[in-house]
Amino acid sequence: MYEFVSGPLVWISFIVFIGGSLYRLCSMHKLAKKEKVIYPYMSLKYGLRSIIHWVIPFASTNMRRRPLMTVTTFAFHICLVLTPIFLLSHNILWYQSWKISWWTLPEGTADIMTVIVILAAFFFLARRLVLPEVRFVTFASDYALLIIALAPFLTGFLAYHQWLPYKTILILHILSGELMLIVIPFTRLSHMLYFVFTRAYMGSEFGAVRNSKDW
Amino acid sequence: MAEPAKEIVVDPGLDETIKKLTPKKIEDTINKVLTKGAAARLKVYMQTCVHCGLCSEACHFYLSHDKDPRFSPVGKVKQTLWEIVKRKGRVDGEFIKNCSRIAHTECNVCRRCSMYCPFGIDMAYLLLLVRRICALLGVVPQYLQDTVNSHAVTMNQMWVKQDEWIDTLQWQEEDAQDEVKNARIPLDKEGAEIMYSVIGPEPKFLAQLLGNISIIMTVAGMDWTMPSFDGWDNSNMPMYSGDFETMARVERKHFEAAFKLKVKKIVMGECGHAFRGAVYDGPKWLAWKEPPVPLIHAVQFYYELIRDGKIKIARKFEQPVTIQEPCNIIRGRGLGDMLRYIMRATCEDFRDVSPRYEHNYCCCAGGGVINCGPPWKKNRVEGNRVKAEQLKATGAEVVITPCHNCHSGIEDIVNYYKLGMHVKFFSEILVDVMEIPEELKV
Ligand code: SF4
Ligand code: SF4
Repeated sequence: MYEFVSGPLVWISFIVFIGGSLYRLCSMHKLAKKEKVIYPYMSLKYGLRSIIHWVIPFASTNMRRRPLMTVTTFAFHICLVLTPIFLLSHNILWYQSWKISWWTLPEGTADIMTVIVILAAFFFLARRLVLPEVRFVTFASDYALLIIALAPFLTGFLAYHQWLPYKTILILHILSGELMLIVIPFTRLSHMLYFVFTRAYMGSEFGAVRNSKDW
Repeated sequence: MAEPAKEIVVDPGLDETIKKLTPKKIEDTINKVLTKGAAARLKVYMQTCVHCGLCSEACHFYLSHDKDPRFSPVGKVKQTLWEIVKRKGRVDGEFIKNCSRIAHTECNVCRRCSMYCPFGIDMAYLLLLVRRICALLGVVPQYLQDTVNSHAVTMNQMWVKQDEWIDTLQWQEEDAQDEVKNARIPLDKEGAEIMYSVIGPEPKFLAQLLGNISIIMTVAGMDWTMPSFDGWDNSNMPMYSGDFETMARVERKHFEAAFKLKVKKIVMGECGHAFRGAVYDGPKWLAWKEPPVPLIHAVQFYYELIRDGKIKIARKFEQPVTIQEPCNIIRGRGLGDMLRYIMRATCEDFRDVSPRYEHNYCCCAGGGVINCGPPWKKNRVEGNRVKAEQLKATGAEVVITPCHNCHSGIEDIVNYYKLGMHVKFFSEILVDVMEIPEELKV
């Protein structure tokens, strides 16, 4: 079992993740070309201006209005992306299979970052349950996606601290990580792929056509 | 939350039209709209929206209804478009009626929400798609549909006939001559610098505004003209009902009038939606990147006249004034500074609003909502309590609204919430305070 999930399944999930993402982006590009009015309106300058304003914490009005959400969401996304890439044990695995390795996070830091992801996920869950405007637009799939994103971190944390049967948790950890990679291109987790494009489009419309700011 | 939003509104445009729908017609129409033309943005927006609700507080309907989630931008899209997509278009007439109620009467497509969504998802665009589906199915609030029919038949919004149009202009020209010597409204002057265009309701209900522009143009010494033929009306209700074919005919006609008169530019009266149609929605549907004739809004025109000293201010307006910033020229065109410039130049005591500029609240009349007529009026004024509070907080006695929709919408709010304010167009202030040169004095 371990051999399978840490061998072929890793390959499969990376191929699906990368292939799927490329496929989604290509089909978006094809559809956007058909819609004729999208590309001519795109502006590099205003697109970038908008993206920059929305990747800096508190640079937009709405972010300033909701400080707790802003801090949480930035912490969550930063840790979610960086931790798996720069984790020492992941690097060792990559070195073993492909002889590549890079800078790694100190273990204590990585541990804190994992906890941040977990806590933030619970914050998002609470928001969905408590805030009427969020609950009203929440589907079962929103909970599912949150669990999918949380699982690799929760299991990773347990595995690192070896609080539960190590082997089982490790397998669950790998499986949940693979699941997340696989579903990114095909679910709303693909906001990760689309963010720059939706932002750039709106930024271009606001900047170039409407002469105003979108933050 | 299945109960209807508010008391039931009777509107034959929705109640009667849905009786003629068949499940097949609904499904076919929906699939046509969602797969042709709209596919890219719709798909990406649907996939990207993480249902976070962060856009909610952008919407005045949501804020005015004590944060009822059914009125949040994403809440409105959830009740309409998401459901349509989920059910692959297999929805019934009642559902479509509900869609029209939400998309036509509970959203002003003011786009404030796209500044609050972290992804810049254009919820107004999605709700316009819902309107498009409703319009193709013939389910549109009756009063709104009537203006669309008028556009389709007469190329203006108010069934104004050509002789009435010309008559009104001549009458206003005479009135203007009581104020200023040689005031004119030159008709069909080929090669003039400026074509001035207005919306249908001006000759119908607010003719004195035509007299005002005659006074202003004469004093400023402008080389201008107005068409005596179709194309004089720059308003565009089909843009809001979802009848984009008619919208495109109207926009084309407007620009054709300018071509025919060989003018250098178009100056549009104080109207926001008309400006949006000419600058953005119209050209976009016609696949033009830019309007084919340069075109500016009245606010910019007045700004240039005052800045360049073509109009001088004799004495400033004294009462405390504030502004209603029309979404379509502020968030839609960035004229916020010019508006403040002309306000300060003409008024002693200008009280700014908060929130302001791009973040200003919509008047709740725009986006075709006021054109849905009396049955929906209560819904509209109740949907903008925050605007009443915003205006009240300024302590002003007069509100300047450089937009027709704003004007009527704010008047309703002022009455309903008993704000005791007067609502004016900027041109009314301008003719009041400007200097009339000796040689033009009557
Ligand atoms: S009224 Fe304005 S803020 Fe509210 S949903 Fe419509 S476009 Fe968005
Ligand atoms: S439109 Fe944007 S802000 Fe609103 S729920 Fe979707 S992702 Fe969140």
